[in-house]
Amino acid sequence: MIIFDSFSWGTFPDAIRFIGDHPGLLWDKALQQIGLSATAMGIALAIALPLGIVLGHLHRGSFLAISVSNFGRALPSLVLVALFLLVSTDFFWDNTAALVVLAIPPILTNSYFAVDGIDRNLVEAARGMGMRERDILRRIELPLAIPVIFAGIRIAAVFVIATATIAAVAGGGGLGDIIVNQATYRLSGVVAASLCVSFLAFAAAFVLGLARKLLAPRFVTSD
Amino acid sequence: MSLVLGSGPVIPDFGEGSSCETQNDFFCPGWVQDHWGDTLQPALLQHLKLTGIAVAIGFAIAFAAALLAYRYRRLDPPIGFVSDFLYTIPSLALFQLLVPITGLTVTTVEVALVSYTLLILYRNILEGLRGVPPSVREAARGMGLTAVQTLLRIELPLAAPAIVAGLRLATVSTISIATVAALVIPQGLGYPLYIGITQDVFKTEIVAAGALTILVALVADALLVVVQRAITPWRKA
Repeated sequence: MIIFDSFSWGTFPDAIRFIGDHPGLLWDKALQQIGLSATAMGIALAIALPLGIVLGHLHRGSFLAISVSNFGRALPSLVLVALFLLVSTDFFWDNTAALVVLAIPPILTNSYFAVDGIDRNLVEAARGMGMRERDILRRIELPLAIPVIFAGIRIAAVFVIATATIAAVAGGGGLGDIIVNQATYRLSGVVAASLCVSFLAFAAAFVLGLARKLLAPRFVTSD
Repeated sequence: MSLVLGSGPVIPDFGEGSSCETQNDFFCPGWVQDHWGDTLQPALLQHLKLTGIAVAIGFAIAFAAALLAYRYRRLDPPIGFVSDFLYTIPSLALFQLLVPITGLTVTTVEVALVSYTLLILYRNILEGLRGVPPSVREAARGMGLTAVQTLLRIELPLAAPAIVAGLRLATVSTISIATVAALVIPQGLGYPLYIGITQDVFKTEIVAAGALTILVALVADALLVVVQRAITPWRKA
């Protein structure tokens, strides 16, 4: 039986009250969602970051970087979540796999173009001064590439948190569980969970923005 | 039990289908044939409509905002901040946050979809306009073109590749996000997907609707590439 709530601005104060009344529930669901998102981001970073950086350093594989990002954008998140559901019924890893596939394109493409786009004269100068390839990568290319790399990670993180919410329809857990279950939690609960999800996304974006500022050398202008 | 949310396509009936359907094999062409007319085609048309309206409105708003920010540089940071803010809100959350205000309607979905196109379109249009070499602009003014003529005949054509690149990105991502709209209203290609996921994972429906969505995105992208080449014939590749 579905209870239809009336649509009104009054829902927002109700939602705030819901957060006050059920902090434990929201906290548990938020932790589930953070766990799912962090696992997926960790795996995606481990795959895409080294690959993008090394390919960018070698100036090879621009076709791969471009087509991965083009194709990645054409993959709707709901479709991915659904497709992995067909392959296996382990909800956690189904959804993690879908999120990894979504997170890889922005990370890979940005890290490739960040390193590939660095002024070649700088790299040549470093090589001429006798720096080894590994040091060129670590001390010249990586610091200069950090703003663009982090822009990619930020896009991926926001994307993953948004999609982890949708994964609830495929048994993924997290705050999406509340959002897709209006019959149980009423509209006020749904709006409360939506506020929490939005907060998570902003927190992730903020933390990554901060990390970029701290990690980038002072002479590198952002963006 | 007949009064369920909305009135969308009927739940696939496993009882009467072919053996492929009753065994829930990976893909049953027969099901697609039987249900193209009542499920997939309406969903496809709704999806195209949702996307088309969102991109058109988003483009109009972003275009106006970009022109303002191009003319008055001080406006760029606040406009950029607002569009970045809207872009960060997860789609499902934004849909639900709008429900108390606009209800379970197409308006709710369109407002959210439009807000996601703004950042991409605004940034690309502005970057395109700013990429016009100052010498070209000076030459145009020197030849006696007014500011409006310079904009229409010089700056916008030169910015066209960046603008269409933004349109491609915005269109493809709107097609993707519009699938999520199905969790709010029973419309678009997301709806057969949603039904396929939530009621007895019915594989054929998921595969068919998923493939159709990806196909729509790729075709839309390819069409915009053609548009880009048509309106900028002086650029090769």
